Amino acid sequence: MSRYKNILFLVAVLVFQIIGLAVQIRRPNPTGGDQPAVRLIRYWAISLMSPPEKVVHGSGTGLRGMWSNYLDLRHVRQQNQELKQQVGRLQLEQAGLLEDARQGQRLQTLLAFKEHYISSTVPAQVIGTSGTDQSRILYIDKGAKDGLKPDMAVITPDGIVGKLKDVYAHTSQVLVINDQTSGAGVLLETTRLRGVLRGNALGQPQIINMLPDERVKPGERVITSGGDQIYPRGLPVGVVDRVVADTQNPPYIDIILKPAANLGHLEELLVITQASDRMPAKEQQDLAQSAAQGAAVSQQRASDILAERLPGLSDPTALADPGPGQKPAPAATPVVPPPLHPPPALHADHYSPLATPPAASLTPGQAVVDPKYAPAPKSQVAPADKPAAETKLPASKTLASKVPAADGDKTDTGVPVKPKHPATGPAVPGDPAKPKVPKVVVPAPEPAAEPPAGNGPQPQ
Amino acid sequence: MAMSASLARRELDVQRYPLIVVILVPLVAIFLQVLIPRFVPKFDLLDLPLLVTIYFSVGWRNPIAGTITGAIIGLVQDALTSQPLGMNGISQCVVGFFAASLGVKIDVENPGTRLLINFAFTLMNIGIYLFIMHHMLAFHVRTNWLHEAIKAVINSIVGVFFFDILDRVRPRD
Repeated sequence: MSRYKNILFLVAVLVFQIIGLAVQIRRPNPTGGDQPAVRLIRYWAISLMSPPEKVVHGSGTGLRGMWSNYLDLRHVRQQNQELKQQVGRLQLEQAGLLEDARQGQRLQTLLAFKEHYISSTVPAQVIGTSGTDQSRILYIDKGAKDGLKPDMAVITPDGIVGKLKDVYAHTSQVLVINDQTSGAGVLLETTRLRGVLRGNALGQPQIINMLPDERVKPGERVITSGGDQIYPRGLPVGVVDRVVADTQNPPYIDIILKPAANLGHLEELLVITQASDRMPAKEQQDLAQSAAQGAAVSQQRASDILAERLPGLSDPTALADPGPGQKPAPAATPVVPPPLHPPPALHADHYSPLATPPAASLTPGQAVVDPKYAPAPKSQVAPADKPAAETKLPASKTLASKVPAADGDKTDTGVPVKPKHPATGPAVPGDPAKPKVPKVVVPAPEPAAEPPAGNGPQPQ
Repeated sequence: MAMSASLARRELDVQRYPLIVVILVPLVAIFLQVLIPRFVPKFDLLDLPLLVTIYFSVGWRNPIAGTITGAIIGLVQDALTSQPLGMNGISQCVVGFFAASLGVKIDVENPGTRLLINFAFTLMNIGIYLFIMHHMLAFHVRTNWLHEAIKAVINSIVGVFFFDILDRVRPRD
């Protein structure tokens, strides 16, 4: 018996551990985590390793902080200037995207889709790893005491990192997205293909079980789809690195990703502790500030563009033809542009505003309902001294005399002006917002010596 | 006669280490294993706790001690991962057992021998681990054999220097 004691001892240890493995696999904890006994063993191991890890991390952070905060401040001013410029540029970009975002929100509201905004995060520091490439696990220095819970998403400003697996009092396990047991719902940004992300044997994140699609090209961005209820929708995951055939499950393909976050050198992470369907107040404030700044810049740019493209509006001499042999007038100082009313027509015709009767007053088969709208033949355009009875009213004069201008719109010279419209946009036939064309007032007939009023020109 | 010669050799060559060394060296190895990949991501190709298991097992030349050492170190490693407890425990206790059995028979002080046994036991450890993962637990994970072979080569090379460092903590007779 003593001859076999070594091998018996080995068998006993193996059987003990195999039974333990079987129990862990066959009786999983209903709450999703480990069983209490297993959790206790993990807790002991983590408690054994965490304190020295925190000491090493703290001392390293202290040294780096002393270097970066006191010694290495050479390019801070320049960096600050560049960052300010970057913030300004990003605010303008944000303002440019604001309208699209609002439209997206309106559409989401119509579709009863609830967008989840990141409303609160907890910053954490990486203090250790699992130490093996079979399990991509990170340890962070925040735990249940800091409000962390299992299955919370862990991100960096660059992209997603993973989710919390086990949470202890002062430390937590992060299951990184390149682990083979991880999973995340992702979406290819351009092709809108959805898939499940998990790690491969080499620690690369990949989208598995995808049907072959020629549209998927390297460089395409991949974002979270939000379908896993862990990662909020739209967070960057990475870009497509290459597409490989799944040899074990033909004809499926695997899409290998280059992660957006540097998974090999993670130091500071953000744990998303709360997500809501309302935009956070701070984000709203930033958005409003960007919108105001963008509107101011847009207004300024619009006036600049207007002055550049339509110099006549701001400088009356700019469009004047200097005539042959004459030098153009020197550029005048900028003046306040006049209101954007069209200049009056010198000779009104059918295309002049309000020179055409409203469609409602037209009768089928009749060329002109109201003779006042008939274009005056050239022979009937009488000179000013010709008796009105022998001439017909020119269209321009017709407009000037028949169309009652809106209050204050009639000029001193009797030049007809366009009536004010209630809407600023162009009038559309049948549009209720279109201003009614005023009724043409037919003056009472004059004495026989005078031409019939309304048809003849008014004496100047 | 042969058995008595083997026992005599075992009695003569068995290495004895202070208890503090026996406790601290595995702890430091595990600590370095979980800490250094933060700064050098490829460090996880190396398996320092496995090398410690092999080193103590071949030094003690006691299969039971090797089994216990491998099981404890493996279980601590498992506890720090997201995998079920026992995967590394099983593989490393088997490695510890065979390393101790082999230490009785061959000279393990030679660097060439150390290179070979490190390569062989690393492959054995990987093989048992993957067997448990694929066939006992039915985990659907992929295996890159080239990657595993590179791991074994790196472990065997680093193991030679690592054993040399550990030899310095061994008390001289």
